[in-house]
Amino acid sequence: MRQRAEADARTNGCFLSPDSQFLNDLFEGLKKNEERYGYPACPCRLATGKFELDRDIICPCDYRDPDVKEHGCCYCALYVRKDVSEGKTSIGPIPERRPKEKLDRAYGTSMRKMKVSPPSTTSGTKTEVAVPREPPQINLKMWYCRQCGYVCYREDPPYICPICKAKKEMFTELSTTLTTQQ
Amino acid sequence: MKSVKVTGKNSKHEVFLYTLSTCAWCKLTKKFLTDNKIEYEYVDVDLCSDKDRDIIRKDIESRGGEPRYPIIIIDDKILIHGFRKDKITEALGI
Repeated sequence: MRQRAEADARTNGCFLSPDSQFLNDLFEGLKKNEERYGYPACPCRLATGKFELDRDIICPCDYRDPDVKEHGCCYCALYVRKDVSEGKTSIGPIPERRPKEKLDRAYGTSMRKMKVSPPSTTSGTKTEVAVPREPPQINLKMWYCRQCGYVCYREDPPYICPICKAKKEMFTELSTTLTTQQ
Repeated sequence: MKSVKVTGKNSKHEVFLYTLSTCAWCKLTKKFLTDNKIEYEYVDVDLCSDKDRDIIRKDIESRGGEPRYPIIIIDDKILIHGFRKDKITEALGI
């Protein structure tokens, strides 16, 4: 786990947290998540245990590079910027860049509130009732980076391209048609 | 929902935490409170059932918070997101 993180930091121009105890705690958390879910979900975020739903928070998460650049560290602070690794800048908790709708998936698969019209009235006033929540539907698509040609198959494009670091906006949905020869 | 109570000499304030068992920031927060002999109670949200997660989410939202951990609730009214030593120290008067 540590070797993988060190290699990834080198490749992507960032560093590991200089606090060895804190770093050990993070690796311990990652290891626990890998044993629990089969993949190293971010130790500081609540995972669902469903790969496709947690894909963006598998370490290194989709949000690492912009967070390291802007705040000096990623959300859990495993990866840090050079000045932080050299002790020139201190870090603390940073804002969550992950969209709210993705955060919500780790909660409440039991019930949700829905506004409905009561059958006895025709006035149109709606009341809130609890109805079973449907499991989140994942619609996988093919995406390609217009800058480097990287192709991936996932719900939405990565926050930044893992190959050329182009922004999410550089990704376009790729539609393919399969034909069979008669 | 399984909550864990950590006893301490200083029980002047009622301190409750929502944490993740894998989170290093949560661990730092617990250590800080323990080192300062603060009595507190915590729930590891990642170890909770779906139903309990639902209840926790609603509780956090009703307090105007977001699902980011650790969450420190002091005397049922002050909510602190993340290990913010300055804010925790100020709220607990330590």
